[in-house]
Amino acid sequence: MTYLVNGRSFHEEPEPGQCLRTFLRALGHHGVKKGCDAGDCGACTVWLDGDPVHSCITPAFRADGREVTTIEGLGSPGDLHPMQRRFRDAPGFQCGFCTAGMIMTSATFTDAQKADLPRALKGNLCRCTGYRAIEDAVNGVAGVESAAPGKAVGRSVGAPAAEDVVTGRAEFTMDTRLDGMLHLKVLHSPHAHARIVSIDKSAALAVPGVRRVYTWQDVPRRRFTTAIHTDHLVDPDDTRILDDTVRFVGQRVVPVLADTVGAAEEGCRRTVVEYEVLPAVFEPLEAMAEGAPQLHGSDDPFVRDPVHNILLELHTHIGDVDAGFAEADVIHEGTYFSPRVQHAHLETHGSIAWMENGRLNVRTSSQSPSIAKVKLAYLFALRPDRLRVFCKRVGGGFGGKQEVISEDLAALATLDTGRPVCFEYTREDEFTTASPRHPMTLTVRLGAKADGTLTAFQVRNVSNTGAYGNHGGETLYAGGSAVMIYRCPNKRYDAFSVYTNTVPSGALRGYGMTQPAFAVESAMDELARALHIDPLELRRRNIVRPGDPLVALHDGPDDVAFSEDSLAKCIDLVEGALARTADQPSPGPEWLVGTGVASSLHETAPPTEHVSEAWVTLRDDLVYELAVGTVEFGEGTSTAHVQIAAGQLGTTPARIHLVQSDTDRTGFDTGAFASAGLFVSGNAVLRAADAVRDRILEYAATYTGVHLVLCSMDDEEVVCGDRRVPLAELVASARARGIRFTAARKAYGTPRSVTSNTQGFRIAVHRVTGEIRVLHSVQAADAAVVINPAQVRGQVEGGVAQGIGFALTENHHVDDDGVMVNPNFRNYRIPTFADVPRTEVLLVASTDSVGPLRSKGMAECCINPVAPALANALHDATGVRFRSLPLTPERIYSRLIEKQSVPTGPGS
Amino acid sequence: MDLNTITEIVRRPSGRPGTEWREGDAWLAGGTWLFSAEQPDLRRLVDLTALHWDPLVASDAGLEIGATCTIRDLYAFTPPGDWIAGPLLARGCEALLSSFKVWNAATVGGNICLSLPAGPMITLTVALEARYDLWAPDGSTRVVDALEFVTGDHRNVLAPGEILRRVVIPARALRKRAAHRRFTLTRLGRSTVFLIGTRTPGTDDLLLTVTAGTTRPVRMAFDGPPDARTLRQSIDAVPADVWFADPNGTPGHRRHLTRHFAEEIRRELTAGT
Repeated sequence: MTYLVNGRSFHEEPEPGQCLRTFLRALGHHGVKKGCDAGDCGACTVWLDGDPVHSCITPAFRADGREVTTIEGLGSPGDLHPMQRRFRDAPGFQCGFCTAGMIMTSATFTDAQKADLPRALKGNLCRCTGYRAIEDAVNGVAGVESAAPGKAVGRSVGAPAAEDVVTGRAEFTMDTRLDGMLHLKVLHSPHAHARIVSIDKSAALAVPGVRRVYTWQDVPRRRFTTAIHTDHLVDPDDTRILDDTVRFVGQRVVPVLADTVGAAEEGCRRTVVEYEVLPAVFEPLEAMAEGAPQLHGSDDPFVRDPVHNILLELHTHIGDVDAGFAEADVIHEGTYFSPRVQHAHLETHGSIAWMENGRLNVRTSSQSPSIAKVKLAYLFALRPDRLRVFCKRVGGGFGGKQEVISEDLAALATLDTGRPVCFEYTREDEFTTASPRHPMTLTVRLGAKADGTLTAFQVRNVSNTGAYGNHGGETLYAGGSAVMIYRCPNKRYDAFSVYTNTVPSGALRGYGMTQPAFAVESAMDELARALHIDPLELRRRNIVRPGDPLVALHDGPDDVAFSEDSLAKCIDLVEGALARTADQPSPGPEWLVGTGVASSLHETAPPTEHVSEAWVTLRDDLVYELAVGTVEFGEGTSTAHVQIAAGQLGTTPARIHLVQSDTDRTGFDTGAFASAGLFVSGNAVLRAADAVRDRILEYAATYTGVHLVLCSMDDEEVVCGDRRVPLAELVASARARGIRFTAARKAYGTPRSVTSNTQGFRIAVHRVTGEIRVLHSVQAADAAVVINPAQVRGQVEGGVAQGIGFALTENHHVDDDGVMVNPNFRNYRIPTFADVPRTEVLLVASTDSVGPLRSKGMAECCINPVAPALANALHDATGVRFRSLPLTPERIYSRLIEKQSVPTGPGS
Repeated sequence: MDLNTITEIVRRPSGRPGTEWREGDAWLAGGTWLFSAEQPDLRRLVDLTALHWDPLVASDAGLEIGATCTIRDLYAFTPPGDWIAGPLLARGCEALLSSFKVWNAATVGGNICLSLPAGPMITLTVALEARYDLWAPDGSTRVVDALEFVTGDHRNVLAPGEILRRVVIPARALRKRAAHRRFTLTRLGRSTVFLIGTRTPGTDDLLLTVTAGTTRPVRMAFDGPPDARTLRQSIDAVPADVWFADPNGTPGHRRHLTRHFAEEIRRELTAGT
C-alpha cells in the first residue's frame, strides 16, 4: 500500500484498527490534532481526495491510494493559503488547537456554505473565541494591525506564533516523538468509594509489550495537593499519587506502562482489582450530616472537620445583619445552585517525561511549569536542579491546567524505567477525572430600605469540593467578591467546603466567583422586583464607589484599591445598549421576550502569593530576547508581553524574541491564572524592559557625552540630543568593554486593582418548547488601558460564550452511583457556532490600575455575570424564577406550563 | 480513535460476506461511529464498502438505497418531481448531529444499524414505509418492515452476522404529502424529538411517525383525519417506558413536544381538505 500525504509518498503501513489521525501524526504531521477522538470537534480535519473528513473516525487504510492533504500541505509560513492568511489576520484563533481543523474545513466551503456558517461549521468546536473571530476569518475580515516602533501598546498586533498556528507548525504538548517512548494508561475506579483489597497484576504483565503495572504500593508515600499555588499551604495535603482507598468513580487505581497504547489498554483490562466497596455520599449536605461516610482521615490539620467531611468553614461578618434585617422594608431570600461544569479545553491534559544527562525532563500541558516543577521535586525528592518542566503552546486551559494531574505519573514511570514516557488524557478522562467547577449552593438573604439601600447582606455557601480539597479552600474565599461588590454596613458570609465521593472540583475561569455571582446577581434582581425598582437602578444605588472600602470577609487592611467609578459606567453602557435595541422584533407570537442584567467585580490578581520574573537581553543581532515563565494557552499574554516590551524599548514586536514557560530558560513564574499573566507577569516584563532601556540610555549618554535626559530609544537607534547612534554601534562598544544590556526583574501580585463589568441580554423564550434564543448580548467591561484591542474583545466574547454554554447547554449528568453518563462532546454540549450569539463589547477606559501601563487582565471576570443575566432575562420574559442552572428547555417548559396552561391547539 | 484490539481488516470480502462471519467481527461501512467509541470486543472489521453496492437506484417502483450509500450521496440526490415527499431525504440528512464532513463517509445503513433513537435515517425510512433487505450468514435473505427493525435504544432485529443490504422505499410513499417537525436542546444539535407526518393526496389518511423521543420508532396510522383529541389520545397511549431518557431530553419533555408538534403536523396536513 502507498499513502500519499501532501504530495509525498509513504510506504509505512497503518495498524489494522488505526485511525487516519494517529497514522498521519506518526508520519510527522502533527498539525492534525486530537481533540475529542470521536469525530465531534473537527480538530483533526484533513482532506481525502479534496473532501474534508474527520481523520479520527476515518480508518487509516481508507487513505490507501488516495491523496491526503493536511494543514501542513495547505500552505507554509511565508506561503500561506488564502484561508490561513485570513485566520492569521482576523485573528481567528486564541489557543490555536482547533485552528487547523477550522481552516481545513473552511477552505472547502462553497458560497452556499459560507452563507450558512452555523451549519457549515457545526462539526468544528472552538472553546476560546466564541466564534465571532472565526466568522470574521472565514469572511476575510481583518483585525490585526501593524505597529510603529514604540507604538505597539494599544494596537491589535498579531500573536507572535500566528503563522505557526495557522500552518500547523506550532508545537503543542503531544506534537513530538521520542525514540523508545513508552505509553501509560490508567485503570480507573468503577466505585465511588472503596478500599483496594488486592491487585493481581499477573495477567496484565503477561500482555506482550507491558513493562510495568503500578499500584499504590509503588509510589512515594507522600501526601500533596494537585492544586497549583505558590504557597502550597493554602490547599490541603490530602492526595496521594496512588492510594489504597478510592473516593470517586474514575480515580486512578492502576497505571500500566507499555510499549504501545494498545498494550497498555490491554494491561488495564487484564488487571484484576478486588475492592471492598464502602458507602458513598454525593451531596454536601448529606456528607455533613451525622453518620455520613467519612472520606478522609485527620492527617492534615488543614481539614477542619474530617468526621463531617468539612474541608473548610468560614464564618465572618461585619456590622450586625440581624439589626440590618430589622431595619429593612423588604427582605428577599433565595437559594441558588450552580452545577459542575467542565473546562473542555480542546487539548486534553498530558505529559511526556524523559531523562537527559541524568535530569528529569517533563514536557507538559500546564498553566504553570514552575509550580509543577516544585511539586515533582517534592513528590520524588529531587533536587530542583535535577529537574526541568516546560510547556510548548498549550491548547486551552481555563483553570483546568492549574493542577498537577498528569505530570506525576509520567515522571514516576520515567524515573523508574529511565525511558521516555507519554501519558495523555482521553476526552473521557477529562470529564470523569479532571477537576471541574465546584458545584455550589448559595442562600442569599438581602434586606433593603424602600429606596433600595441595602441594610443587610447575608450569604451562605455550601461548596462541593469533591473527593479531594484541591482549590476547595481558595474558591470558598473567592466567593467573597460577590459580597464585596455592594456597599452595606451589615454583611455576613458563612461558607463550607465539603468532601463528597465525586470527581474533585478545581479551578475554572471565574474561580469561586462565578457561582456566587449567579446567586447574588439573581437575588438582586429579585429584590429589585420586590421593591419595584429597575434592577440597574438598584445596582447604581448600592455598588461600591471610589472611596468605599472593599469589604467581603472582614474589615481590615487589604491590598486592593480602586479610584474610578468604572462599574457605574458599565451599568450605564449596558442600559444604553439595551435601550437602543428595545424595539427588536420578537421571533413570533409563541415567544416571550425579556431582558436581564448582572454585574460582577473581580480583583486583578489572586490574594495568595503570586510571583513572576522576566529577563530581557539585547542580543548581538539587535533582537531583544524576552524570557518569562508565562505559558501561552490562548489567553494572549505572549502578545501582550511582546507589546509591552516593544513599547518600552521603542521598537516593534518583530524585534522582540519571546522565550517562555521553561524552567531551564526562564525565571520563576507562579503561573497564568487569576488574570495574573498580564497583571503580574506583565509588570515583570515592563520592569525588565525598562531596566534594559535605562542601561542602554545610560551607556549611550556616557558614550556620546549627551545628558541622559536628552537620550531616547528609536528602534535600531538611540537619539542623543542631535545625534543618532545606531544600537549596533553601542552594542559593539559595550561588548568590547565586557558589558551586556540585560536585566531581570520580579513582580508580585500585590498591590492589586479591581475590574468590573455588566452583562445585558435580551432573550426570547418559546412558551411551549422552553427553547431560549438570545436576541441581544452586550457586555460592558472596565478594560482600563487596553494593550491589544482585538485580544480584549476576543477574551470577553470567549468568556461570554463559555458562560452561555455553562448556563444554557452544558449538563454534567451523573447517575445514582456517581458515574458520569455523558463524558463526551456528543452528549456534553459545549456551544457550537450556531449556539453563540454575537456579543457587543463596550469598554470603559479607566486609569486606576496598578497593572503594567495601567492595564487589567480581561480573561476571567467576563464570565461571571453571564448566567445571572440570562436567568434574570428568563424571569423577565416568563415571570418564572429559575434558581438552578443549567437553564435547559426541558427544565423550563414544565414550569411555564405550571404557570400558565398553554393550549397546544384547538381541542386540546 | 484507534481501535487497538482490531487485528485484521478484511478489505476484499466475498460478495456474500456473511459466510465468513465469526465472533469478534463487525461490518465496517463508513466507520464514523465504529471509530468514535472503544470497541474492546471486536477483533476484525469487514469492509462492506469494498462491495460497491449501488448507492441509489430510482425507478417507477420507488427508491432503492444501498446500505453503504453515503449520507453525502443521499443528500445530493434529486428526486423526480412527482415524489413530493422527496425533500424529506435531505431534511433527514440535515437532522444528523454530524456535519457535512462526516457525511462524506457515514452511510445510510450504518445509521440504521446503529439503531439510536435519534437516528434520522430510521425516522426517514419508517415514515416513508420502507422495507429493509437483510442478508443472513447462511446465505438466506429476509425482508423486514422498517418499523419493525429497531427494537430499542441501540437494539435491532439483526442476528449476529446478518447484514442490512438495502433499503427499499415504495414510490407510493414518496408521492405523499409530508410535514416534519424536529426539536433539539441545542441549535442544530441531536434530535430530542423528530416527527414526520405523511398523507396520500386525495385521501383522508394520516401516517404519523414519532422518533428520537421514543426508544424505538412509533407509528400512528389514521384512515381518516383525526381530530386533535384523537391524536392526543394516540400519543398518550404510548407506553411510559417507550419515552426515552438521555442527555438529549427527558421523557416528560419529549412527550410534551410530541403532542405539540404532532398537532402542528396534523393541522398542516389536514389544512385545505
